[in-house]
Amino acid sequence: MSNMQELIIKKATDLLTDNTVDRVIGWKKGEFVFDPSPAIFNSVDELKDFVYNPFCGANLSKYLIAECKKGGKIAVFLKACDTYSFNQLLTEKRIKKEMIVPVLVQCDGMLDISKIKTEETGAVLDVKDDGDKITVVSPYGDKVIAKADALLVKCETCKGFANVDGAEKIEVGESTLPQGDRFDMVKKLEAMSEEERFAFWKGELSKCIRCNACRNVCPACSCTKCVFDNVNSGVESKANADSVEEQMFHIIRAFHVTGRCTDCGECSRVCPQHIPLHLINRKFIKDANTLYGEYQAGEVVDSKTPLTSYTEKDLDPTVAVNTEGVRNA
Amino acid sequence: MLKIKTDKLNELYSRIAESEALYLPINKANAANYDEWTSEAEVSLTTLKTVKSPKDLFFPQTQDMMRFKTEGKNISIIDVRSPEQPFVLMGVKACDFKAFEVLDRVFLSDPVDTYYKAKRDAGTIVTLACGKPEESCFCKVFGIDATSPMGDVTTWICGDELFWQPNTEKGKALTERVKDLFAEGDDAAVKEQQQKTKEIIEKLPFSNLDLSYFEENGVNDIFNRPEWQDLSEGCLACGTCTFVCPTCQCFDVKDYKTNKGVIRYRCWDSCMYSDFTQMSHGNNRTTQMQRYRQRFMHKLKYYPENNDGLYSCVGCGRCVNKCPQRLNIVKVAKTLGGKK
Repeated sequence: MSNMQELIIKKATDLLTDNTVDRVIGWKKGEFVFDPSPAIFNSVDELKDFVYNPFCGANLSKYLIAECKKGGKIAVFLKACDTYSFNQLLTEKRIKKEMIVPVLVQCDGMLDISKIKTEETGAVLDVKDDGDKITVVSPYGDKVIAKADALLVKCETCKGFANVDGAEKIEVGESTLPQGDRFDMVKKLEAMSEEERFAFWKGELSKCIRCNACRNVCPACSCTKCVFDNVNSGVESKANADSVEEQMFHIIRAFHVTGRCTDCGECSRVCPQHIPLHLINRKFIKDANTLYGEYQAGEVVDSKTPLTSYTEKDLDPTVAVNTEGVRNA
Repeated sequence: MLKIKTDKLNELYSRIAESEALYLPINKANAANYDEWTSEAEVSLTTLKTVKSPKDLFFPQTQDMMRFKTEGKNISIIDVRSPEQPFVLMGVKACDFKAFEVLDRVFLSDPVDTYYKAKRDAGTIVTLACGKPEESCFCKVFGIDATSPMGDVTTWICGDELFWQPNTEKGKALTERVKDLFAEGDDAAVKEQQQKTKEIIEKLPFSNLDLSYFEENGVNDIFNRPEWQDLSEGCLACGTCTFVCPTCQCFDVKDYKTNKGVIRYRCWDSCMYSDFTQMSHGNNRTTQMQRYRQRFMHKLKYYPENNDGLYSCVGCGRCVNKCPQRLNIVKVAKTLGGKK
């Protein structure tokens, strides 16, 4: 990883030095190894704080919407999952291809500090990456844990890179990412009884504090003014009036991004209450795949999304179907 | 000082809950938050930082204020306030307890917020000393001693025992009701834990965060620093920092229209939101940089200027842990202060 960081900084330095770009979107060093922040680097001098380590889980592609409005040329570093968001934003004409120099960067899975810091470890002062294992440095005693147990949920299954037109890729050796079935948990939820499933979601969604972090980080939620922020909309809301409302908010949001959600996993990464919001999106992706054919948002720029394009094979929407695509009797 | 074995705590909770509602950190769906105790609850008293702070108990995220009933051309106002039932709030850490002082100065100064005051008067607060502070903690910067919080009762958990020290009349009244569950104990174990915890606190990276820059410089000098732009660049404009904060106190008053009238309620607001303090002429903060700056200026400059130097940050570190993009008050203080 440290080698990757050097290569990325060198690339950023070159792009800024020869004026290929005016600024670079990347990750900036924090107070610890595990708290880098997305940042804009305007000069080679500022790159001294650039960091690329196993805690750079933040997807930078949405920042391009604001940056494209400022003019000039922008370089952006994209991990595998981020490439789908990037392509999807191009498809939706939210960002301008001619203004952007995308650079793909190898990722071996990003870590989740909230999985590493437990009541047992207490304070975490540092996290050392030793390949398959990580060492957690704490004043209460160091601890070694398996890296696989500390991955961000989105990194537990990886889609790999989408093809990004004309993008250079920085890599060192083979990346080692888990290749599980991303619909495993969705299938478990589907197998539950209605009561069990309702209890699961009621427990999870009742924790929601309506901070809107899931919406604001979501590359598919790119409306200039969200209906829920619009005082004239009649549904503007800063708080949950009751527990039904927060459930509806998340379900409505997931419906709104169906067919456009790339499953980048940022919603679950940022939730302060650790609500597994990605599962709602994955359920809708799985259903759309079953009902309208396999489709991955952001895989191909300008591809037609299943819910906004008609084919003769499409199911008749007036006929109720179950989630296996079978018409209900 | 009184003591009770920790495996007997359920009896204590049950006794308290016989006569008053008991709120304490409870794990639900893998997150600990203050919630009402029931015999099935998974209590997590030692959780250092609940996701939301206990301010909800006095200043709920949403609260009905009054109702309006319309009949023909007449409108009547219905007072929805009812006497608050007494309750006990247990497991409050030193930082969160100090936050009540910050809130009190806002809600209990003239004109007194009667909704808040009623709940404050009804609550008995049992604090719990920290035994395992973490790297995002910096309460020491604000003169808080995590090892001996105040409150109506102070408690410490040392090994398999909880030590109990009443401090106020309310605390003594509560103690009378539960005293038979306790044994007498000396304070040797408590003193030893306090010593050990203080040694850890000294080793924590933010314990000696330097805030002198905010004391030595004027509002305009700090306000006009160019660094605010860079500091706020990654901000998502979500409300996480404000909603997990124990001292954020801003709220909005809204009307919910029903068929026969209106329910007027208030709910937490966030200075990170685009329609925060919206006025008839529009909004006086139109960029995220301005909103971001507002939050930290309020914590570190405006509030102390108006409150005898008291900061409206207590160093609980929730925003440090919870900001989705890891922007936080420590980074702001260090960037502007230029010192470690």
